[in-house]
Amino acid sequence: MDLDFGVVGGALPYLWKGFRYTVELTVTAAAGGLFFGTLLALARLSSLRSLSLAAAGYVNLMRSVPLVLVIFWFFFLVPLMLQGITGAERPPQVGAERTALLTFVLFEAAYFCEIMRAGIQSIPKGQLHSAYALGLSYAQAMRLVILPQALRNMLPVLLTQVIVLFQDTSLVYVISATDFVGAAAKIAQRDSRLVEMYLFVAIVYFVLCFTLSRLVKRLQSRLAVVR
Amino acid sequence: MAVIEIRDVSKWYGDFQVLSRCTTTVDKGDVVVVCGPSGSGKSTLIKTVNGLEPFQRGEVLVNGVSVGARGTNLPRLRAKVGMVFQHFELFPHLSITENLTLAQVKVLRRKPSEALAKGMMLLDRVGLSDQAVKYPGELSGGQQQRVAIARALCMDPVVMLFDEPTSALDPEMVSEVLDVMVGLAREGMTMMVVTHEMGFARQVANRVIFMDQGRIVEDTSKEGFFGAPESRSERARQFLSKILQH
Repeated sequence: MDLDFGVVGGALPYLWKGFRYTVELTVTAAAGGLFFGTLLALARLSSLRSLSLAAAGYVNLMRSVPLVLVIFWFFFLVPLMLQGITGAERPPQVGAERTALLTFVLFEAAYFCEIMRAGIQSIPKGQLHSAYALGLSYAQAMRLVILPQALRNMLPVLLTQVIVLFQDTSLVYVISATDFVGAAAKIAQRDSRLVEMYLFVAIVYFVLCFTLSRLVKRLQSRLAVVR
Repeated sequence: MAVIEIRDVSKWYGDFQVLSRCTTTVDKGDVVVVCGPSGSGKSTLIKTVNGLEPFQRGEVLVNGVSVGARGTNLPRLRAKVGMVFQHFELFPHLSITENLTLAQVKVLRRKPSEALAKGMMLLDRVGLSDQAVKYPGELSGGQQQRVAIARALCMDPVVMLFDEPTSALDPEMVSEVLDVMVGLAREGMTMMVVTHEMGFARQVANRVIFMDQGRIVEDTSKEGFFGAPESRSERARQFLSKILQH
């Protein structure tokens, strides 16, 4: 079989554009997912039963459905929902890229919720008591005392989840969003160079994910020493 | 004047009653030692004073404000009640100075510079001003507990609650913490102290409360408690003879 990697060089600007979108999607989903996931975790741990049940329902639903399906749903449902809210005649055009951003934030929130919940529960109850005893409110105690510690304890797990997320973003090809894999697929099909392009993409993913997970491992052992 | 009034307080965990009709008063300047066998409800009782343990029946007043009442601003009430825990509970992600200033700034709205000055003054008082930039994990248990006392004092409390402050310490560190507490008591701080340190009780307490199975069995002057054994309840006598054996 003739392999011609020249095709990769020519396509680099386009691939770079796709790669930037992949990174943007990963970072947005991680930040938004962590934010909403933390709120969900606090809701799940709330003593208000209705709140904790609602949060648990959301998390269990999201975690029980394949990501591909969730992406499909949102792609078709978000325009319809927006139409319902705005009362427009036709569903507005949201675009695959923006739909994917929203989908990933909401999907990742469910996973980050479980990580943060474990993190919050790993903090001894005495910490909350001593924060309360000093006159801090619930919100202050969480923001200033519990969550910073939970976040630190869970940092390796959170980063591992981000690496998984980085790989998962490639699934947006199902709604034809042009991420790194999507860009490569388009070039591959245009130039009939599937093996070269997919090999190149695989190597990039491998190098990045492997390096990141080594870094997480080192971070983990450093955190273990501090504690 | 009563700083703390505990009136007929009862608490249950499901069917299990942990506090049973407890009533007592702590006046300004009192040093009250609460003792009793483990599981007798001492820690639970002291935690009802600042609302860390809710209770089902009765009433607790701090400076005349009801702890369990719906309209009570609990954070404001707690800011006036200092509490020291068995396991210190310093915030491990914050430095010693940050531990001392956090609540002063966030709850009392003091200026950071003012809070720092106050914190350093009290850190000096517990003999640890050279540890200001360290983190709790770098300090010994006794040092951490002294910082915890300074942290509580930073809030200018009207009363200090101690929940077994020396139980988690290595023996050689107990006295450095007790020394600080004795100093506080001599200065007239109102204190409620759950402890098995009978030496401390003899030295500075003016009242001793003995609890067993969720009840206040004895609430008497120090002289009454350590004095005539025949005036004590059978249960208190057994308890004292056990812990004073060695």
